[in-house]
Amino acid sequence: MATHDLALSPAAATSLPFTARLHELVVTVDHKKLGLMYIGAGLVFFVVAGSMASLIRMQLALPNNDFIGPDTFNRFFTMHGTAMVFLVGMPIIAGLMNYLVPLMIGARDMAFPRLNAFGFWMFLFGGLLLYFSYLAGPGLSGAGSAPDVGWFAYSPLTGRAFSRGSSTDYWILSLLVSSVGSIVSAINVIATVVCLRCKGMTLMRMPLFVWLMLVVAAMIILALPPLSAAQIMLLLDRFLGARFFDTQAGGSAVLWQHFFWIFGHPEVYVLIIPGFACASEIIPVFSRKPIFGYPIMVGATVTIAFISFGVWAHHMFAVGMSATTNTFFALSTMLVGVPTGIKIFNWLGTMYGGQIRFELPMLFCIAFLFQFLIAGLTGIMLAVAPFDWQLSDSYFVVAHFHYVLIGGLLFTIFAAIYYWYPKAMGRMLNKKLGLWHFWLFLIGFHLTFGPQHISGILGMPRRIYTYDPGRGWEIYNMISSIGVIFQAAGVLCLVANLLWSARRGKPAGDDPWDAWTLEWATTSPPPDYNFETLPEVRSRRPLWDLKHPEDPDWKYE
Amino acid sequence: MKTSSRRAIGNASFFLIATTFLVSPGFAADAPTTVTNIFRPLSTPAQAIHEVSLLVLAICGGIFLVVGGLLAYTVVRFRHRPGDDEREPPQIYGSNQLEFAWTVIPIVTVFVLFLATARTIYDVQGAAPPADALNVTVVGHQWWWEIRYPELGIVTANELHVPVSDAGKRRPTFLKLESADVAHSFWVPQLAGKTDVIPNRRNLMWIEPIQPGTYVGNCAEYCGTQHARMLLRVIVHPAEDFDKWTTAQRQPPVDDPQARAGRDVFFATACINCHAIRGTKAMGTFGPDLTHLMSRETLGAGTVPNTAEKLRTWVRDPQTIKEGCNMPNMQLTDDELNQIVAYLLTLK
Repeated sequence: MATHDLALSPAAATSLPFTARLHELVVTVDHKKLGLMYIGAGLVFFVVAGSMASLIRMQLALPNNDFIGPDTFNRFFTMHGTAMVFLVGMPIIAGLMNYLVPLMIGARDMAFPRLNAFGFWMFLFGGLLLYFSYLAGPGLSGAGSAPDVGWFAYSPLTGRAFSRGSSTDYWILSLLVSSVGSIVSAINVIATVVCLRCKGMTLMRMPLFVWLMLVVAAMIILALPPLSAAQIMLLLDRFLGARFFDTQAGGSAVLWQHFFWIFGHPEVYVLIIPGFACASEIIPVFSRKPIFGYPIMVGATVTIAFISFGVWAHHMFAVGMSATTNTFFALSTMLVGVPTGIKIFNWLGTMYGGQIRFELPMLFCIAFLFQFLIAGLTGIMLAVAPFDWQLSDSYFVVAHFHYVLIGGLLFTIFAAIYYWYPKAMGRMLNKKLGLWHFWLFLIGFHLTFGPQHISGILGMPRRIYTYDPGRGWEIYNMISSIGVIFQAAGVLCLVANLLWSARRGKPAGDDPWDAWTLEWATTSPPPDYNFETLPEVRSRRPLWDLKHPEDPDWKYE
Repeated sequence: MKTSSRRAIGNASFFLIATTFLVSPGFAADAPTTVTNIFRPLSTPAQAIHEVSLLVLAICGGIFLVVGGLLAYTVVRFRHRPGDDEREPPQIYGSNQLEFAWTVIPIVTVFVLFLATARTIYDVQGAAPPADALNVTVVGHQWWWEIRYPELGIVTANELHVPVSDAGKRRPTFLKLESADVAHSFWVPQLAGKTDVIPNRRNLMWIEPIQPGTYVGNCAEYCGTQHARMLLRVIVHPAEDFDKWTTAQRQPPVDDPQARAGRDVFFATACINCHAIRGTKAMGTFGPDLTHLMSRETLGAGTVPNTAEKLRTWVRDPQTIKEGCNMPNMQLTDDELNQIVAYLLTLK
């Protein structure tokens, strides 16, 4: 076994007694361990929330099905949505940021390692608090259980009158806690990127991944506080008789919607831009070309971030806003399509003229491009306010955002896992098992979410626990549910692969993909201190310069 | 690894075939069906939406073909082949001309889409009611619809009856939407887009059906336990039938001497706390008005057909039909149950 496998690999860790390993995890402030803990915890929540979705699909496979009752169903979709956004998407993104940003900018750790650990534990306990509601939700009044108000928790359904027991309080408090975690980790990323870049790494020489994560961190800091504020107002309503959202006492239900979506829409970009970030690293390496139009990519990302704060009310086209307001938000929403389109074209430009290697990370990225194209186009359809009056809150929307969040984000997270796992664990993931994962998940994903576009067009509203036969929805729901089997099998392959390859995978070496950014300049896994001597860079692709002294990048940048 | 691009093409054609099927005018129905396809509009605002959505679909379909085609071409053409030499391909960093092109073309596309969108928004939202438009107030409740005709003095539930509108005589219906509890959404896809029904707020929308028949819709905003069983029916009558319907609905409830026993039980139990029967001391407003209960097609807001047998099951214990609904099991004896059902059956 090569010596670099020993440093921090599970193989080395297993030689310690279990309690010592546990103690190490609890006290660690190392950005790499915390990053992996974020991703690991996120994957556990992913399996739990995914299982809930599978049960939802089982209930909807047949019309008038009795598999699960309305209350259980409503809790499932609430917990599924809340968990997937706050306990899966956010922590996995935080994990990628934590693990990779210091390595990519040639730093020894994050700027505030202890704050980093604090952020992780806030997220984890926030997540556990949410699931604890299944036990404690009934509270003293014996009503309710887990939250059942939907992930955007529209008032006044969340008021005392309609949501008895403590379930809504668990929803509020767990998200408040985990939001604190997200905000501190965002502050940490910004401080790290601003202060700890290695010698020669100007802002415009940072890998795109770092740039995009910097933008994401800034968006988190701006977007999460409105949610926290609204949740505190809701707590005041529920416990101290405030009337912000209490419509029986002159409060405003629409006010909650504005607060929620002024968080909620930027949040969508907080989730998808990290997907772009991963794709922007992986596509160039496997096309064997530098990213096309780097400065434009940076500019497009910043533009998306700006515009995304001015589009929130497109979630509210049906609430009866004035024609002027609807027109404004239709326009701003369509405008997001421009920088997003630029990004897609630049990725295509990167691949064009390259030598595309169909390694697993690249396969997931190609699927991502195709699926994100569809998601973007259905997004344009939804931006057309009149069309949205029909499609809003139907299964078309469900299909649209699953194409964004699974077809876009999750596929790039899978790509990232296959790409950086060798760096983190020192071993390659098994390619055969990975191909099974890719094809099963790809087929399952399209089977499940493709037909939902059509059931939405046929008038099927979201969040219904059952439906009558004869509405033309049966076949699409059946196909949709069958797709789940493929997706679940795919995920099983991934989990098996992650566990198996940690011990038995082929040793990866420092730079298995012949890549160009700094994380590949150190050992796999990297030592505690990341780099023996801090690197110095002269271009965006320091390892390219090293490998091609006759044709270095810094001559052209 | 050609398969991934083949899959892309397969997906593309599936999407196109599905889309063509859904929007093809050849399938346009001339009567409403229970398959509430938004691409078969039968009412003026729904048609306005349909027109703009076809434009959007065409533009998005075009973009899909161009970009998807480029992606497929790139993946196939520039894939690494086993025989290729191992030298790196030419390193290209970008092109300002290309960046300019793929910035400007989308902006122009957005501009076109925006103009079409704005026009439709103002067409639909800006429409003023003609003098003889029918005005109806729809009140969303957990989990049923209260329908009030303030000018006609009619109150009913879950079924909105309106006249058909034809070229000779336009009869649009304007709806005031209110909620008694939480947010709901009024959505009958073949008649109009959805409009939310929000407490402490009055929203407006309108429909103008051009074909008689029964149109089905659902509550489209999650509103709690039985959101799924909050269906809507809009029954569109030819002009003279609509007048007949309003005349019948304005009649006082039948007082059949045969059903006196049930009537007495009804008025002696808590039924009247929630239900109203016009002209009697039953004046509850929490549940649906029962004055002409048996003229309605369904029970429990579209949950089951309104038959004598289902009615009996419903009155005995509504929770067996619509779990979680706000009507409790009244613990009636069999005698009371039979008498009440006999009475309700007379409310035609």
